[in-house]
Amino acid sequence: MSETTSRPSAEESEGAGGPSAVGLAPPPPEKVEREFTVKERSQASMVLTRFLRHRLAIGSLIFFILLVLVVYLSPVIFHLNYSTITDQASLSPSFKYPMGTDELGHNYVALVLRGAHQSMNIAFIVAIMSSAFGAPYGAIAAYYGGKIDAIMMRIVDVILTLPFLVVTGALAEHYSGTWYTVAILLGVTGWVINARVTRGVVLSVRNQEFVEAARALGASDTRIIFRHLIPNVTGTLIVQATLDIATAILAEAGLSFIGLGIHAPDTSLGVLAQQSQNAIETRPWLFYFPCVMIVVICLSINFIGDGLRDALDPRQTRQRR
Amino acid sequence: MLVFTIRRLFQAIPILIVSSFLSFWLATVSGDPVTQKFALRNPPPSKAILDLTRHNMRLDRPWITQYWDWLWGLVSRGDWGPSIDGLQIGSAIGTALAVTLRLILAAMIIALVLAMASGIISAYRQYSKVDYSFTFVGFVFLAMPTFWIAALLKEGAIQFNNSWQSSFGTRPIQTVGQQSIVPPTDFFGRMSDYGTHLVLPTISLALITYAAWSRFVRGSLLEVLNSDYVRLARAKGLTPRRVMFRHALRTALIPMTTVTALTIAALFGGAIITERVFQWRGMGTLIINAINERDRYVIMGWLLVVGLIVVLGNIIADLLYAVLDPRIRYE
Repeated sequence: MSETTSRPSAEESEGAGGPSAVGLAPPPPEKVEREFTVKERSQASMVLTRFLRHRLAIGSLIFFILLVLVVYLSPVIFHLNYSTITDQASLSPSFKYPMGTDELGHNYVALVLRGAHQSMNIAFIVAIMSSAFGAPYGAIAAYYGGKIDAIMMRIVDVILTLPFLVVTGALAEHYSGTWYTVAILLGVTGWVINARVTRGVVLSVRNQEFVEAARALGASDTRIIFRHLIPNVTGTLIVQATLDIATAILAEAGLSFIGLGIHAPDTSLGVLAQQSQNAIETRPWLFYFPCVMIVVICLSINFIGDGLRDALDPRQTRQRR
Repeated sequence: MLVFTIRRLFQAIPILIVSSFLSFWLATVSGDPVTQKFALRNPPPSKAILDLTRHNMRLDRPWITQYWDWLWGLVSRGDWGPSIDGLQIGSAIGTALAVTLRLILAAMIIALVLAMASGIISAYRQYSKVDYSFTFVGFVFLAMPTFWIAALLKEGAIQFNNSWQSSFGTRPIQTVGQQSIVPPTDFFGRMSDYGTHLVLPTISLALITYAAWSRFVRGSLLEVLNSDYVRLARAKGLTPRRVMFRHALRTALIPMTTVTALTIAALFGGAIITERVFQWRGMGTLIINAINERDRYVIMGWLLVVGLIVVLGNIIADLLYAVLDPRIRYE
C-alpha cells in the first residue's frame, strides 16, 4: 500500500517526493509537480500557436480547403457536368452562368472547375513526387558529404542546366499529353529544388549533438537519416511542398499555353487559357476566368506557405506581432 | 583567383557533356523527325525517299554513334548537325539568341532595380503599410501565370493604342514582334525600333522575376539589419541612410549574385512564354517549332547553348561573390 492512495489530495498539497512512512520506496510519481507550474509546450504546439496567429495564412488555409472541396465535389454538390451543352453559346457572365458559356454552349463554371481539378491533381502529384524523391536525395548527399555529396550535387547541377519547360515539353509532346504524363514529367524535373533545399537544412543539423548521440548509441546510417535528420527538415519540406504546388500549377499552365503540355480532350486550367487566347477581345471571360482561378489557387497556397514558414522559424517567437 | 577561374571553366566541361548527352537522350526519346514529317503526307512517300531522309538526318546510324558524330562534328568542324527543316542550326540559334538575350538582359536589369528599391523600402519600414502592400503585390505577381501578365499588358496596350490613334493618328506602343517588318536602316533608328518593341515583353518578364527577388532582398536585408555590426554603425550615430546604403545593403546584396545566376534557366522558360504572346521570333519560337517537328539536332543545339549560358552565369556569380565578399577567398 503506497502513500498516495491513503491521501487523496496528495497531488495538490505536497506532490511527490514526501518522505515515505513505510520502508518500501514509493512507486515513481506519475506527474512531476513543481511549485511554479510551467505548462509544457511541445514544438508542434508552439508552431501551431504561431500559425494560428497568422490571420492571412489561416484565412487562406480555410479558403483553400473550401476551394479543394468545391473543385473535387462540384459534380456531386452542384450537379455541374462539364459535358452538358446548353442551348446558349457565347453568353457573357450572368446570374445563371456565373462564368458565361463558351462557343459550344458549355457552362463555363463546370469547365473551369474541371480544369482546376486536373491542375490540382497534377500539383499534388508533383509535390508528393518531388518531396518523396528530393528529400531523401538531399539528406543522403548532405549526411555522407565528401565525394558522394559532390557527385550527387553535380547530377543536380546537370539537371538544372536544362530548362524544365523544354524537357517536359519535349517529352509530354511525345507521350500524347495526358494529365498524368505531364504530372510525372514535372515531378521528374522538379525534385532537384527539393533536394537542394533539404541538403542545405541537413548540412546545418547533421553535426549537432543529437545526431552524434544517436550514432554513439549505435544507430545505423539509414536510421539516422530517416528517423533523426528527415524529421528535422519536415517543416522546411512542408513549406517547400506548398511552393511546389504553386510552381506546378504555373508550370503546367505555361506548358499547356505554349501547346506542349496537356492536349485536348484532356483539360486543365492551362489548356482552357490556351484554347481561349484568341478570344481575348471578343469573349474575354473565357480567357480571364481560368487565369483568375490559377491566381487564386497559387495566391492562397503561397500565403499558407508563408504563414507556415514564419510559424516554423524558432527565431520568430517574440518578434512577430 | 585566375587558377580558380580556369579550374571552374574546366569543371564546367564534364557538366556540359553530361548535360548534352542527357539532352540527346531526351531528343531521341521525344520522337522521330522523319516519321513526324511524313506522317500526314498523302500519298505516302516512297521508301527510297524515307530512307534518303533518314540517312540525311543520320538516323540510320547506331544510337550511340549518332551522339558521338554530333559531338565530334560540333567540336572539330563547328557542324551543328542536319535539320529536318533545312535550317542552318548554328546561325539560326545565333540569330534567335541575339533576340532573346535582349529581352532577358533588359528584364533582369529592370527586375533587379525594382527588387532592390522595394526590398530596401520594405526592410526599412518592416510591418508598415508600405511593406505590406509591396509584399502583397509581390505575392500577386508570384501567383500570376507569365502568359496572363503578358496578355493583360498586350490588351491594355492595344486599348491605349486604339484611343491614341483616334486622336493623334499613330499607335505608340508596339505589341507584335521583336522589330518592325521593315526596320529602319540607320543605327539609331534601328536601336529605337528594338527598344520600342522591347517595352511590353520586358515588363512582363521583369514583373515575374521581380516578385521572387524582392522577397529575397527584403529577407536578406532584414537579417543583416538585425546583426551586431549594423547595431554598432547605428550606435556610432551614423545617419539611417548611411547605415542602410554603406553598411547593410552591401552585405545583403551579396547573395543576390547566386540567386540571379540560379534564375537564368527560369528566365529562358519565361522568355519562351513571353515571346509566344508577343509573337517574337527568338529562342522560344525556335524550340517550340523544333519540339513540334522532333527536330533532334535543333533541340540538342538549343539545350547546349542555354546550358552553356547557365553554367557560365553560375561561374560568373561565384567569381563576383568572391570579389564582393572579402570573407571568401578562392585559393
